[in-house]
Amino acid sequence: MIFLKSDEEIELLRISNQIVAKTLAELAKLIEPGVSTERLDKIADEFIRDNGAVPGFLGYSGFPKSICTSVNEQVVHGIPSDKVILEDGDIISVDCGALINGFHGDSAYTFCVGNVKPEIVDLLRTTKESLYKGIEQAQEGHRLGDIGHAIQSYCEERGYSVVREMIGHGVGRNLHEAPEVPNYGRKGNGVMLKSGMTIAIEPMINLGNRNLVFERDGWTTRTLDRKPSAHFEHSIAIRRGKADILSGFEYIEQVLGNKAI
Amino acid sequence: MAKQTAIEQDGKIIEALSNAMFRVELENGHVITAHISGKMRMHYIKILPGDKVKVEMSPYDLSKGRISFRYK
Repeated sequence: MIFLKSDEEIELLRISNQIVAKTLAELAKLIEPGVSTERLDKIADEFIRDNGAVPGFLGYSGFPKSICTSVNEQVVHGIPSDKVILEDGDIISVDCGALINGFHGDSAYTFCVGNVKPEIVDLLRTTKESLYKGIEQAQEGHRLGDIGHAIQSYCEERGYSVVREMIGHGVGRNLHEAPEVPNYGRKGNGVMLKSGMTIAIEPMINLGNRNLVFERDGWTTRTLDRKPSAHFEHSIAIRRGKADILSGFEYIEQVLGNKAI
Repeated sequence: MAKQTAIEQDGKIIEALSNAMFRVELENGHVITAHISGKMRMHYIKILPGDKVKVEMSPYDLSKGRISFRYK
């Protein structure tokens, strides 16, 4: 059952997503070699609460922390731990959620740690760009398959592979709502997009093969061939027929300055 | 946070059970029970042991699936 949101509800969703955007920017200030993912989680948790919200991921289906930190070959849902210390050349994708006023914010960004190899930076750039290609398709009258097709063709043209098992989703009063938003698809397929729909589009793109493995902790996913994977996510609303990005990378890119990809 | 979707995998029918249920061996080696999809039932598509099929698996229960396609 796809819930359509009114303009007021979309504004509340925007507030949640702006808190997530600022939280990711706070973490951008800290991400460098030597930092543990546990520390990132602690700072994110504090920042979200200081802004009057509650971490959206904590306790979701039993998830133990407030953010997902996925390093290098980990795709998504990495669990922050003080045993995981970032090293020069790593990439880390941070997924963050905040719940305030009854609505969930959900956004993610993949950061470079120190000096990252050019091919991996290219993966990140492509993944981020594919997110915007997908968002371009999110208009009233288009279909879900158009979004997935745009992301898939953009990434596969450049030689990368699209993860199949994990997908985007509707977002609102629940963190995961209908519809499912795959990052692959056929044009003209799937649910018709309408104004009032709020979805999280999150391309997960691998340098190597698209195959995924679930780790024993029950959450973390990594690439089968252990090559790096990138992940970017925006929550968007379809408002007055067009896509309205609720989260944002501006705060992050302001912090990263000319190091932004 | 990303959501997990039903995955499509290929497998081979090992055994026919009652009520249009089948035991299927997936490509990754797992053996699951799967039922035939309504669309295939509607079109009277028969499945026999030894057939290669496409199975849809739910992320919530990895021991049960739905047979959605029979390869030639």
